[in-house]
Amino acid sequence: MKALLSRFRYHLAVFFAVLGPGFITAVVDNDSGGILTYSQAGARFGYLPLWTLLPITVLLIIAQEMCSRMGAVTGKGLSDLIREEFGLRITFIMMALLVVVNLTNVMSEFAGVATSLELFGISRFISVPLAAAAVWFLVVKGNYQSVEKIFLFACVFYVTYVISGFLVKPDWKEAALYSVKPVLLLEPAYIYMLIGMVGTTIAPWMQFYLQAAVVEKGITAKEYAESRIEVIVGCVMTAVIAFFIIVACAGAIYATGPKDIKDASEAAVGLKPFGQYAFLLFSAGLFNASIFAACILPLSTAYSVCEGLGFESGVNKRLREAPIFYFLYTALIVVGAGVILWPNFPLVKMILLSQVLNGVLLPLVLIFMILLINKKDLMGEWTNSGWVNAASWFTVVFMIGLTLAYVAISIRGV
Amino acid sequence: MAEQLLYFTELISMPVYDLKGRRIGRVKDAAVVPLVHPSRLDRILVGGEFSWLTLRYDQIRSISLDEGIHLNDEQLVPYHDDEYMLRLSRDLLDQQIIDVTGRKVVRVNDVTMAIVQENGRDILAVLEIDIGIRSIFRRVLQGVMPPRWIRRLQRRIPPNSISWEFANVVEPDPQRRLRLNISYSKLEQMHPADLADIVEELGPAEREAIFETIDSEVAAEALSEVEDLKMQANILESLEPEKAADIVEEMSPDEAADILNELEEETSEEILDEMDSAEKSEVRELLDFRDDSAGGMMNTEYVALHDNATVNDAMAALRGSEDLLDGLNTLFLIDGEERLTAAVPLARVMIAEPGTRLKDLANDTLIQVPVDEKEDRVTETFDKYNLLTLPVVDEDGKLAGVITADDVISVLRAR
Repeated sequence: MKALLSRFRYHLAVFFAVLGPGFITAVVDNDSGGILTYSQAGARFGYLPLWTLLPITVLLIIAQEMCSRMGAVTGKGLSDLIREEFGLRITFIMMALLVVVNLTNVMSEFAGVATSLELFGISRFISVPLAAAAVWFLVVKGNYQSVEKIFLFACVFYVTYVISGFLVKPDWKEAALYSVKPVLLLEPAYIYMLIGMVGTTIAPWMQFYLQAAVVEKGITAKEYAESRIEVIVGCVMTAVIAFFIIVACAGAIYATGPKDIKDASEAAVGLKPFGQYAFLLFSAGLFNASIFAACILPLSTAYSVCEGLGFESGVNKRLREAPIFYFLYTALIVVGAGVILWPNFPLVKMILLSQVLNGVLLPLVLIFMILLINKKDLMGEWTNSGWVNAASWFTVVFMIGLTLAYVAISIRGV
Repeated sequence: MAEQLLYFTELISMPVYDLKGRRIGRVKDAAVVPLVHPSRLDRILVGGEFSWLTLRYDQIRSISLDEGIHLNDEQLVPYHDDEYMLRLSRDLLDQQIIDVTGRKVVRVNDVTMAIVQENGRDILAVLEIDIGIRSIFRRVLQGVMPPRWIRRLQRRIPPNSISWEFANVVEPDPQRRLRLNISYSKLEQMHPADLADIVEELGPAEREAIFETIDSEVAAEALSEVEDLKMQANILESLEPEKAADIVEEMSPDEAADILNELEEETSEEILDEMDSAEKSEVRELLDFRDDSAGGMMNTEYVALHDNATVNDAMAALRGSEDLLDGLNTLFLIDGEERLTAAVPLARVMIAEPGTRLKDLANDTLIQVPVDEKEDRVTETFDKYNLLTLPVVDEDGKLAGVITADDVISVLRAR
């Protein structure tokens, strides 16, 4: 018994030592775009879409697990591996796409910062420049360990959604029922919404960020068992947060009158009748999610690009040592934040473009991932085993299909 | 005739013609055989109609960007994988190598070669490894537009390359390392801190390859410069226990204890078993202390003399412990029961008469801490009294070890 306890304690200690990469990546997945999608689902269809969260979590776990395994076993980032195994030209094309896709993502994060703080009466001309400066300094003046701690702390703030979900006093019986009961309406809007929910789940940057963070943290194959649990816990947490967002919007907006919302801040306003706190917490959560993703995206992009193309990278390097890294990092923030202040900037069109490019990039990333993870000389005994490989291929093909469908719908919708 | 340059990207897919001018295929890859010649392109692999062929360097008459490769021999052998070949496209392009002069890890984008005339034949010699934007530009456009256009367009971009002589290929497989004649002796000349930076950028297998082969003393210095304690432990763990023990023996006991503390008990026991008994017992003593206490911070590299000793005795003692001299700035005096009685600044000993008692040169107040003193208090003490060295004593007042300023700096940096 005592031995069992000490073993448990050992594994718990290792778990906390590897805590970070998987958790952060999964939680950041609920960025401003994700929150909008889930709010829309809840506001329009109530509790019906809840059942999708279970399969979404499984897909997310399968994709994330592969990246963290590759990071732990090879000690190299995803863009490094793609470069070494598939050559410069394909890497160059992928990195160019990644920059454009992530730039538009950064734009939508800063848009999230602007709209969420406008709910508190703060002008975007104050909030956005301040947020951009804060993001830049946080990463340039910090180091990986301290930044990771701040990120983990930011994860805690997602609890605001859980609380606002409770404050709305939704119908828990129905929420529980529809979480496990698949409902398929043959209504175009419903199907679009389902595809949208899955489509926003796996983004290319997540795979690059997760693997790089695993490497940076020095997680090795030996600690992989705990790291895998960390990834799974992170993905489940993400689903729990998504659950509460949907439930909050279902209880507040759908229950009083189903409607389409165009903006996550609109969802926050919809919560107002249920008390000032529900509204405030929802808005604060949106701000937290947006600025959190705005920190990670430019950093992860600059890292991936520089590593893949062989430029010096890293926040511990000086400006003169890693000029391209700092240029990219700064440019992503400045442009991403700048366009939010630009009157009449076609933000919606840009985000649409980014979804299309995302649809081009994601299949590439997923296919390369699965090819890499099955290379014996790279992964040794850690390649996919039979049924995991089948599940992974299924995930990849399924995700590609849905992403392309999502792109098609987005283009038609405009 | 002036030396002509050819980029490896241009060599790839260059047509090859036999004696009668018939095209037999295109270049697929090329290889250096380092055991035969360090920079000559010894083999060119040609994709023929059905299979690959191997061209030896002396079967080639001429090479030019516009006219391709012309042969002077009909006897071509089919390609078979030869482990003595360093194939540029397979083994070098897109991989990480170490730039010994620039002291960093770089990724190979392209290779610049010279076309040299020798005995009426054209020979390719590897000159430089290309990194930077110019070579990326060339690689991305290779095959998309004619090579001459690419050459003209790239002129505006400043070149960035390192000489082949100072490029160190990293090969994890020890067998292949021998066959390819790769050694890391050039790395041993580097400053340990630079070597540590390089090692930090490589993958785990490459890290292991370097620590496995370089001299233990250099390895120990570089390892202690690696910033992340966890990475230090991972490196040590990946090595054979004998090699790990050799490296640990060369480290200062407190650093060795810190790293061994990070390892699993089994692994650190294995390493300790391989060590010499003197170092082993010192490290073992330190292993018992908590990381964040004075005992965990201290090392046992100090010079202590009996408190009746004179300057002459001190000089004799210093001559007998030369390996401690590098960081030494204080001597300690102990009484008959090994209890610490005084600390003597080395500089005062230098200028005193040979017969002077050390006791008379000692600091007025003796500042010391017990082994279980908290890390925070230790750093505070250093700051308050402007110390370089702080003695640590056990419950009985016996000198257990010393903490030096660099230990304190590491602690502060780690926050």
